Amino acid sequence: MFIDYLRIFRDVVSVEVVGYSSKQRDMYELLVDTNHHIVLPYKENFVEKIGENTVDIYTQIVDFIRFIGEMFYAIFHTILHPREMRLKEMVYHIHQSGFNALLIVGLTAFLVGMVIAYQGAVQLAKFGADIFIVDTVAISMTRELGPMITAIVIAGRSGSAYTAEIGAMKITEEISAMRTMGFDPFSFLVLPRLFALMIALPLLIFFADIMGIIGGAFASYMELGISPTMFIDRLYEVLEVKHYLLGMLKGPIFAFVIATIGCYRGFGVSDNTESLGLQTTSSVVNGIFLVIAFDALFSVIFTELGV
Amino acid sequence: MNKIIEVDGIVTRFGTRTIHDGVNLHINKNEIYAILGESGSGKSVLMKELIMLLEPTAGEVSILGKKLNHISFKDAQSIRSDWGVLFQFGALFSSMTISENIAVQLKEYTNISKKMIDRLVLSKLALVGLDSHVGNLYPSQISGGMVKRAGLARALAMEPKLLFLDEPTSGLDPIGARNFDALILELRDLLGITVVMITHDLESIFGMVDRMAILADKRVVAEGSLAEVLQSTHPFVEEFFKNDYTKDRFRDKVI
Repeated sequence: MFIDYLRIFRDVVSVEVVGYSSKQRDMYELLVDTNHHIVLPYKENFVEKIGENTVDIYTQIVDFIRFIGEMFYAIFHTILHPREMRLKEMVYHIHQSGFNALLIVGLTAFLVGMVIAYQGAVQLAKFGADIFIVDTVAISMTRELGPMITAIVIAGRSGSAYTAEIGAMKITEEISAMRTMGFDPFSFLVLPRLFALMIALPLLIFFADIMGIIGGAFASYMELGISPTMFIDRLYEVLEVKHYLLGMLKGPIFAFVIATIGCYRGFGVSDNTESLGLQTTSSVVNGIFLVIAFDALFSVIFTELGV
Repeated sequence: MNKIIEVDGIVTRFGTRTIHDGVNLHINKNEIYAILGESGSGKSVLMKELIMLLEPTAGEVSILGKKLNHISFKDAQSIRSDWGVLFQFGALFSSMTISENIAVQLKEYTNISKKMIDRLVLSKLALVGLDSHVGNLYPSQISGGMVKRAGLARALAMEPKLLFLDEPTSGLDPIGARNFDALILELRDLLGITVVMITHDLESIFGMVDRMAILADKRVVAEGSLAEVLQSTHPFVEEFFKNDYTKDRFRDKVI
């Protein structure tokens, strides 16, 4: 700054700088010297940035399609050669993303069930239609909320874990090492996670359904005085199997979405820790968004089909 | 001449950046071959192209008589079982113990009994100078030098004909580095393997390397034995080999 001012003044009048020590003079000379060669890095303008981002998105889409293609190739290969399946890893991941998630999924579902019952109770009590609280809780839980809540929790929990695990392996060159040994990263890393989640998620959804309904029953008892016996009686009458089955059907599909995104983002990590964080974030964000988007799609399809 | 690796006119481009522009070299059987160059000269990229992690934009690599362009999956897998690779930071699988790391290929690709595998693992550990109890530890629990040794043991697990080493002595203390060099020399003589390595270590270059290639200006500017390379007047060779330090340190070898 001092140097810039000095230069401006020098253009107009002659300036003499006095009262500096030899250290300050050296520093000044160093700065003048380096200031001379500074070329400000070229700053992109708005249009260039739009263009660059568009190309980025395009290459990402192409990349993702390639990833999906390779994954399906590995899936079909495994179906044709079932003995090459990595059972040990798969069981490990079922334990990790299934069993270990029971508590958080159960608690979340219980609370959501309770909230629905409380909110519904206020409205239904106005019409004296208290007992319909059972319909509200049971159908919304099994058909929509159970699967969605579970999928969102798992997207945050396992989707991010998959990205971080694979991403870290990418940074430490473990994935390159696997390739040089002739181990296909898809059958070693992606498929065990994918299959494990496709098995674990429906089971978790089943658990979430039950916990949600228990939460609803609890709230109904507290707020409307509907006894658990009455609740179960009514539940038996109104909860058709189709609602439960429709919810369960979403399980493997949500699992596929979450595992695919999680693994894809993991492979997208480049050689630095910053990208690991970025990819993990987008893994969770993409995962949750896609789960909700697919859920909306299912809603439309099922309603149009009249089921 | 018994050429194990031939690199013919490799061109590598990343976007508009050209890394290699016509790299040629060959590596003979049973020699220790070094790839040298400044940082950014594309040594690691060249290595990745040799071990089938990257495909060159143009040109051809052949290894053990097989051309890598359009190689069949079966041939590729057979080549992969004929080589061992030691990565710069070991790249051991962090979810497995050292023993499991060494055993993983034996388990996947051979029908050797579990007992036999255990004995093979122990012999590899002894070969690289690691205690047998190290086998039960995880990669995060051992020191950097031990990780390199364990990585070498893993690379040797399948009795390879070819060994790729990415900066094997970087990050080791001077004594550890010399021991590592001695180990590689011994392995070459014992097992008759061919060693390809990236290195900056002057001691290794003067002490153990048979032939080398100097990468600069996107090409190989000098290739051959130390004496042959020293004939070159390329600025990088001048700067790297003919500075005051090397002149003083290796007086008998540098003119």
